[in-house]
Amino acid sequence: MAQMNMAKALNLALREALDEDESTMIMGQDVGQDEGVFRITEGLLKDFGPDRVVDFPVAESAIVGLAIGLCCTGLKPICEMQFSGFGYHGFHQIESHASRFRNRTRGRFTCPMVVRMPYGGGIRAIEHHSESREAIWAHLPGLKVVIPSGPRNARALLRASIFDPDPVMFYEPKACYRAFKEEVPDKPETLEIGKAEIVREGRDVTIISYGASMRLVLEAADELEDEHDIDAELIDLLSLVPMDTELIMESVRKTGRCVVVHEAPRNCGPAAEIISRIVEDSLLYLEAPIERVTGYDLVLPFFNIERPYMPDAQKVVTAARKVVSF
Amino acid sequence: MPRGKIKLENYVESLSILEPNGNVDAKLDPKISDKDLLKLFRAMLLGRRYDERMLRLQRQGRIGTYGPALGQEAASLGPAFAMRQDDWFVPSFREPSAMIYRGWPIEKLMLWWGGNEEGASPPEGLRDLPICVPVASQVQYGAGIAWGCKLRKEDHVCVTFVGDGGTSEGDFHEGLNCAATFGAPMVLIVQNNHWAISLPRDKQTVSQTLAQKAIAYGINGIQVDGNDILAMVVATREAIDKAREGEGPTLIEAVTYRLGVHTTADDPKKYRSEEEVEHWKPKDPLARFWKYMKKKGLLDEKSRDALEEEISAEISAAVARAEAFKPDLTEPFYHCFEEMPNHLRAQYAEFQAYLDSAGMSESNSGAEDQQLSRNIEAY
Ligand SMILES: Cc1ncc(C[n+]2csc(CCOP(=O)(O)OP(=O)(O)O)c2C)c(N)n1
Ligand SMILES: [Mg+2]
Repeated sequence: MAQMNMAKALNLALREALDEDESTMIMGQDVGQDEGVFRITEGLLKDFGPDRVVDFPVAESAIVGLAIGLCCTGLKPICEMQFSGFGYHGFHQIESHASRFRNRTRGRFTCPMVVRMPYGGGIRAIEHHSESREAIWAHLPGLKVVIPSGPRNARALLRASIFDPDPVMFYEPKACYRAFKEEVPDKPETLEIGKAEIVREGRDVTIISYGASMRLVLEAADELEDEHDIDAELIDLLSLVPMDTELIMESVRKTGRCVVVHEAPRNCGPAAEIISRIVEDSLLYLEAPIERVTGYDLVLPFFNIERPYMPDAQKVVTAARKVVSF
Repeated sequence: MPRGKIKLENYVESLSILEPNGNVDAKLDPKISDKDLLKLFRAMLLGRRYDERMLRLQRQGRIGTYGPALGQEAASLGPAFAMRQDDWFVPSFREPSAMIYRGWPIEKLMLWWGGNEEGASPPEGLRDLPICVPVASQVQYGAGIAWGCKLRKEDHVCVTFVGDGGTSEGDFHEGLNCAATFGAPMVLIVQNNHWAISLPRDKQTVSQTLAQKAIAYGINGIQVDGNDILAMVVATREAIDKAREGEGPTLIEAVTYRLGVHTTADDPKKYRSEEEVEHWKPKDPLARFWKYMKKKGLLDEKSRDALEEEISAEISAAVARAEAFKPDLTEPFYHCFEEMPNHLRAQYAEFQAYLDSAGMSESNSGAEDQQLSRNIEAY
């Protein structure tokens, strides 16, 4: 066991994959010599060489487009979009081909690739470097969308994503890269994609979130317990597609109350899907309307005033109290 | 630095070997064996007749919209001949002659245009990708495949096709630039058929040639008479040899002409003149090849008629097979992911219940649907 932050944990997962499976390779802007703008690929060029850690021209569409071709030849590319805000250049190749190859060719060609991208606000970055648009990818049939929340699950989920037989959009909460450390086991660890985790058990209300927001949800849960005598159960989704509907239902049927939290804008956001599923499956177990704590349906403002526009513990506490006192 | 000129040591080659009258430039003649010439001629004739049959099938409502490759047969067939069978082939959508030549069962193509993914599932053993709809997007995965061959130290090359309109897409530029950057063994063939639906070639770009786009990426470009099967064979062969030797990609502009409609949903009279079409008709690749074969004494009317009959029967047999195909209505659920996740399992059950209630589950085939749409189209 070693203490490490998420950036190191992701680096470890990449190193393990490159080490174990010759067909894996990393490609992205500045991932080699410069070791990635967030240093996620630190040391990898040196140890695995320029054919496996590829400094790619500034062309996101080509990163994923060529990766699709690499998959046809039996390779497993791990692509890095420098920021999710530039992942849209790759959207067309992902939607038109990566997500469809298996179906179109009836399984003859598949795309076992990962597209990693840092997402989310709170790091005082310039425009286009702070948004949360995971719902866009979750809407596309044929893609998995995985979002870790801490060093340990980041390493395990990245490993699972790399060895998954289908394309995985791997959203990395960049605010968590260096925010905290966790014990990470020495041996490679993997998590099943599509399984959520109950990070804290509780009776009164289920709070569902993922990624960077898990930090503030944990903070909110402490406050709810200490100051309002509310015992919250916290679910970390870890994966939007597939989503662990079963675990959500189990929890919501127990507590009868629910708050869903994410940074992404509200309209057609992940919370909308989660709540629909709860309503379809467990409406009669609900004791109160469900609350959403999300980004507003706005572009996240430039960083000087972005904070109040993002979910925070206070907003979660308010929502949970409202739901519990309904 | 004072103002100056940067001299670029560059040019694009051009090549034609077989004239419209069937005469051949003896110096450039690739001297293809009689057996191979007969094979190629048969393939071109088959491509042409396949196209014509597809247009008829479309009119009869037996397939969906169809995009013929009428007049463009040589541009894809030459490369298909020049490739090794174990090379990669990445088509756009006007390469049926080449696909059939490479070993795609004709009924697969019919199934594609008849609305079945079965027609996009490449036959086992072929390193071929299916027809690609989003214009030029295939250039990117074509480049990736070529690069993959290089990284894996395999000696395959990847021959990729795109249209003149496709050269305006970002995918064309990104794919070609990256293929060049990585020294990927890709041969990119632009079928310049002078039209992108209704947009003429000169409104697509003011570049004098499409081949010259290669210069910007630091690779070789060549403009070839795309209706000249011999020139297409030679140009592709050279490009493939270079690619295989590790000298990176080549851009081949095949100058051809779309003699037919863009697709059956299109009326070219709205945007181009009859005179223009008439101007191109004498350059038809098949007519030219026929003259050549006759002059060489490899074919005469009688043997050609026999060939025609054989081909017609072959196509009819494929139509019968295509129409006997019964799609499994639930198959899409099985090909979204390797393993069906729970949310899809639930939707699968929902769909099954719908099929049951609609009386569609016993046969579980689209045969009735097809029949239905056929009847509707017949009205
Ligand atoms: C990305 C994209 N945009 C638009 C279309 C619709 N479309 C189909 S074919 C075509 C023209 C393509 O022209 P060209 O590349 O010259 O190929 P050609 O049809 O002449 O073979 C267009 C605009 C498409 N299929 N894909
Ligand atoms: Mg065209």
